[in-house]
Amino acid sequence: MGYPHKSHERESVVLSRYFGDPEAATLDGWKKRGGYVALQKALSMSPAEIVTVVKDSGLRGRGGAGFPTGLKWSFMKPGDGKPHYLCCNADESEPGTFKDREIMRWTPHALVEGCAIGAYAIGAETAYIYIRGEFTEPLVKIENAIKEAYAAGILGKNAMGTGKTVNVWVHRGAGAYICGEETALMNSLEGRRGNPRIKPPFPAVSGVFAQPTTINNVETLVAVPHILNNGAEWYKQWMRADNPKSTGTKLYSVCGNVQRPGNYEVPMGFPFKDFLYDLCGGPLQGRQFKAIIPGGISVPIQTVAEAEASLMDYEGFVANGTMLGSGGVIIFDDAQNLVKQIARAARFFAHESCAQCTQCREGTAWTTKILERIVAGDGSPDDLDTLLEIGENMTGKTICVLSDSCATPVASGINKFRGDFEALIKKKKVHMVPAQVA
Amino acid sequence: MTSTPEYFRAPADWGPTDGKGFETADGAGHHGHAAYQPVLAAGSARRKELDELITRYPTKMAVLLPALWMVQHERGWVSEEGMAEVATVLELTPAYVKGVVSFYTMYHQHPVAKHFIQICTTSPCNACGAEDVVEAFLKHTHCEELGNTSPDGKFAVIEVECLGACGFATPVQINEDFIESVTPARVPEILAGLK
Repeated sequence: MGYPHKSHERESVVLSRYFGDPEAATLDGWKKRGGYVALQKALSMSPAEIVTVVKDSGLRGRGGAGFPTGLKWSFMKPGDGKPHYLCCNADESEPGTFKDREIMRWTPHALVEGCAIGAYAIGAETAYIYIRGEFTEPLVKIENAIKEAYAAGILGKNAMGTGKTVNVWVHRGAGAYICGEETALMNSLEGRRGNPRIKPPFPAVSGVFAQPTTINNVETLVAVPHILNNGAEWYKQWMRADNPKSTGTKLYSVCGNVQRPGNYEVPMGFPFKDFLYDLCGGPLQGRQFKAIIPGGISVPIQTVAEAEASLMDYEGFVANGTMLGSGGVIIFDDAQNLVKQIARAARFFAHESCAQCTQCREGTAWTTKILERIVAGDGSPDDLDTLLEIGENMTGKTICVLSDSCATPVASGINKFRGDFEALIKKKKVHMVPAQVA
Repeated sequence: MTSTPEYFRAPADWGPTDGKGFETADGAGHHGHAAYQPVLAAGSARRKELDELITRYPTKMAVLLPALWMVQHERGWVSEEGMAEVATVLELTPAYVKGVVSFYTMYHQHPVAKHFIQICTTSPCNACGAEDVVEAFLKHTHCEELGNTSPDGKFAVIEVECLGACGFATPVQINEDFIESVTPARVPEILAGLK
């Protein structure tokens, strides 16, 4: 569903079916649309059975890393005597991504149901939805949905009359991109600064409140009720015949210089070229696409020719030199100063760095300064090599991947669009230097 | 001429410098010299709300972010007195609470204008003309510069990093309200609705 546009016939609408339908946000409306049937079913199954179904479906994390969800859930050892927790990562802040926002705005009960099932499956009695502070409308919608669910006995000590305890609570962040990193999210939830933690220990061993924890993205959890209702085989109808590793449908957020920005839900393996021109309507009148970032601003930027050859699934994007990431498709056209946009992206990371690791704190700041200097017409020919060197020192050397995320668009930008950078540097301003007097 | 640099001096319109600070809506005063009105006093509605929240978590500290939100909702910003109050209620130190407050960009550590306007200018919105929207807001609010408060004290305009609504460029957040697809042409109408 390409909200705010009408659904396109080539979309496979599962998660986004009720986008734009205000009635779906209410409990009655959601029940009419088949809501909470999956939760009822799940509570009559054993947690291990649910994990097996999710494993068989091939569902993978939709937040960016693409880790198999069923496998992640199976790390939570039942009967270890410790309280388990589920955290739903609703801190959607990756530039270019706005799918979780639409899910929470239009179908908050879908997320509540997904969280309840996920919590039960990993042996947790409590799930926390960590939502970013800026999402005021989705926050209200989710809070209402939770209130309705408790009042109707769907959540609580006797969830749906089964005698099982399932709590779902929402926790509001306060403006920090880094809290979308799972260990930073846990710190923030505990009432700390949102600094990422060193792994190991992994969250499944020692997560939030030092207890076994699973963190899942909104879109991942919302897919689970559909899988339970229809079975693993049903979910696997959406995949490439030659790639069984990516299954199901994926929501893509499309933004930037394009005819029809918005959310689109397509099956895994969909051709990216058709997606760009057929679904999204191609470039604006009289313009040409210039550069495309297919998975949120942290993944490598590509030229149009490169991007068009991609098949839209985890492996398809990687085979073509980029990543699926969070599914935030950012498009820049030929009217844009690409160097300026990359500099702006670097500034984003410099602003959002938690400043814990030196490589990131210094690297993001210097990358931004150098890029902004180039944009201002003060660049020098050595700058590009300096930037690449800084980028190398920022990759794979820090606690979390924010540092890598800053280096990626810069390095790929320089490699793919070096001419744009050099053209700006050649236009260098001439500064008058007073002559040396002996 | 005094040698105090411009940025160390209080602006002329900051009210009397008699140690009392100037009046705010809640009577607390911006400099914090006037008595701070507690937000989480025992028996108050906010305290009950907070006590209910505490039952959802295994530790008291986990409600620190929600408690700070309550202070900000009631007082418009989080003063040092506000931090100290939260620290007392949650059995933390004021220094720890300040450490947390300063990490998160949405907590105001100083009073802000009545309408705090945040405009997303990160790359995707930037490519769709967010900078023109910023310019329009600066012009129509008479703020002139980013981070300034307008002469009438009503508006402040800042750039903000990704608001997570990139397909609806340019999103603008005014206090708790979120406005999508803002263009320079819509700015006067939006501001008129605020007054």
